[in-house]
Amino acid sequence: MTSLLWLMPIAIFLGLVGLISFFWSVRSGQYEDPEGNAARILFSEDKPIIDEEDE
Amino acid sequence: MAEIIFDDSGCPSGQSTPQDIARQEAGSTVAAQDLTPYVQTRANGDHSIDLMISGAHCAGCMAKIERETAALPGMKGARMNLSTMRLNVQWKGKDTTASSIVARLEELGYGAKAFDMELEPLENKKELNGLLKAMAVAGFATVNIMLFSVAVWAGADMGENTHNYMHWASAAIALPAVAYAGRPFFRSAWSALKNKTTNMDVPISLAVLLACTLSMYETIHGNPDTYFDAAVMLLFLLLIGRYLDARLRLKTGESAQRLAAMQASTASLISESGDIVSVQASMIKPGDKLLIAAGERVPVDVEIISGTSEIDTSIATGEALPVTSGPGGKLYSGMINLGAPLTARALSISSDSFLSEISQLVEAGEQKKGKFVRIADRAARAYVPVVHTLAALTFIGWLLVGGELRTASLNAIAVLIITCPCALGLAVPAVQIVASGRLFKKGVLIKSGDALERLSKVDTVVFDKTGTLTLGRMQLTNTKDISPKNLEAAAMLARSSRHPIARAVAVAAGNGPMATNIKEISAKGLSTIIDNKPIKFGSADFLGIKNAKNSQTESWLQIGKAKPVRFAFKDTPRIDAKDTVANLLTSGYGVELLTGDKRAMASETADALGIENWQAEVSPKDKLARLETLASEGRFTLMIGDGINDAPALASAYASASPAGAADVSRAAADIILQGDKLSGLTTAVSVAKQAQRRVVENLSLAVIYNMIAVPLAIFGFVNPLFAALAMSGSSIIVTLNALRLNR
Repeated sequence: MTSLLWLMPIAIFLGLVGLISFFWSVRSGQYEDPEGNAARILFSEDKPIIDEEDE
Repeated sequence: MAEIIFDDSGCPSGQSTPQDIARQEAGSTVAAQDLTPYVQTRANGDHSIDLMISGAHCAGCMAKIERETAALPGMKGARMNLSTMRLNVQWKGKDTTASSIVARLEELGYGAKAFDMELEPLENKKELNGLLKAMAVAGFATVNIMLFSVAVWAGADMGENTHNYMHWASAAIALPAVAYAGRPFFRSAWSALKNKTTNMDVPISLAVLLACTLSMYETIHGNPDTYFDAAVMLLFLLLIGRYLDARLRLKTGESAQRLAAMQASTASLISESGDIVSVQASMIKPGDKLLIAAGERVPVDVEIISGTSEIDTSIATGEALPVTSGPGGKLYSGMINLGAPLTARALSISSDSFLSEISQLVEAGEQKKGKFVRIADRAARAYVPVVHTLAALTFIGWLLVGGELRTASLNAIAVLIITCPCALGLAVPAVQIVASGRLFKKGVLIKSGDALERLSKVDTVVFDKTGTLTLGRMQLTNTKDISPKNLEAAAMLARSSRHPIARAVAVAAGNGPMATNIKEISAKGLSTIIDNKPIKFGSADFLGIKNAKNSQTESWLQIGKAKPVRFAFKDTPRIDAKDTVANLLTSGYGVELLTGDKRAMASETADALGIENWQAEVSPKDKLARLETLASEGRFTLMIGDGINDAPALASAYASASPAGAADVSRAAADIILQGDKLSGLTTAVSVAKQAQRRVVENLSLAVIYNMIAVPLAIFGFVNPLFAALAMSGSSIIVTLNALRLNR
């Protein structure tokens, strides 16, 4: 049972990594244009969604 | 790596109907827009503009638009959002480049209009992103705590230390998660309590906070049961509902703004020094002097100072034929100047009796509508006191029968959690988002959730004529009586003019050459000389004809001394107007026609479409009175209209709809907007609304049944954390699935 002492924090930590990546994806505008992005993956050239100068 | 090249050969934008072409023809009468007021300049001297794109349907269009715009000289970047149909372009150099971007897009076959960034619903977008994040946090917490809880429920032989460890771990996740994800509910509950009212968020907040406090107490004392999982799951399920609701509101709001932006216009302001400056229509102040060029839409409400011209007034009065107006005449925004340039002064609403009367009537109608209570809110109003009373009674009851304080509060909290309206909070938004998504695909835009509810009750449909049942455009009706040679001769003259009858001839004849040295006499006709023969095209008295049947809907062509040829015109109904009316009638709806147009024209349209009840020459007030009579007879009316004169009726009808080309004030007053040139969306909208309402009622009944089973169990203390979790997620899944059935 002692293994739980360190397995559970690891599990929660991994979950947190997922949560933080989700926050990052919202912030970087990945939910702004779901239809366009679905197609954009097929184009060979791609540019950042938010212009660096705005940030 | 191979690049995939999209072409737009499979794109639906390539197929345009004759009506589309006619619309483009009509649209081209409106002069090009000056874009410089919309261009934004950055600190480093770069310019950028946001354009609303129309006619783009697929990824191929998006790629083409970005590629072609970016290829123009001086461009720094172009990015299109296919979901909101907006194109952001940045470039170096002069701000006038904007118009060349629009010109290039038009060459490619896409419409582009400047988008006023101030219209963007930034607040709503922030709220939506906030809800999305809160939902993610609650979801994360639910999943993790559930893992521990399952272990606790299953692990009967679990040692006490492990048990406590699980509870402490749950608490460590649940408390920050509740503090973050619960904020939308706490905030709303707090502001309700401050105003001494209650809403649904009060019992929700109470249940979540009490469940956390009590679970914390249990954890500290090492007791076996905690409710952390129930508290976060409750938040998670409710946040899904909130998110769907907010997304629906943002999406409908954005589409309404998109429509407004497509019609946003600039105006030519005459400054004090006499220079003409182009400004956004929204920046004009009452008293400003404006120049309204021939072919331009009137940008704001004005009074003419000098000049006389023919005006297309159909948007204000419903009359299909142009009216001549001179100094002192009042023009309303959306009317089109067909003849000579006019100088005019901008009016404020209060200085014009017609407009102030309209806006008062609209306001009165909207106030009445504001009292409409959505079914979920009505349920919530009845529900909240019951929940509070039940929980309080449970608490007191358990104390009375000699239960411990801890048992009593545990059971009271179980009642609060179990009665919490997941079904209410999730089922109604889920149904509405499915219904509005389905209507979206059919080109029907729903402006709010309660529009759907009101639409579902409608039993009488009242139509306006010009611009609603008809296209509001003249069309040549006796093409077969006119030889192609004569039609082409008339068209050579007509192509030079913006008069609706001339446009109709030009559309009927198609593209071709234009005659030279054409003389246009306002309200009379056109004349020139071709091959040494004088040609005249115009009204009967312009040609000196005595036996004219109806001077308003016919024109005559005379070449040299030959016998004059008659051209007849009619404002023809939309292609599917007849089917729509027939469908409504067979489905048992009452159908009426109320128009501001002349009797003869109204009766013709009513006969053609099979409408028995009609009234002509009605004023905005009369329309209102008719709707009130119908309402007092116990009918639920759906008003469909496009003009300024329809706005009061739209605002006060039980439900209302507008075609996309309607006046701003009418579009604002309507509940739903029909896009494209078709009316058939209307029947779909009403039937989808009825189905949606049925689903909502079913879902609410499911919620009641669920409560009838679960609440007694909670009151008598049979609800453990496992049961609470199962009941809550089970009922939510059932109502969501029921909502999704609507999509088929």
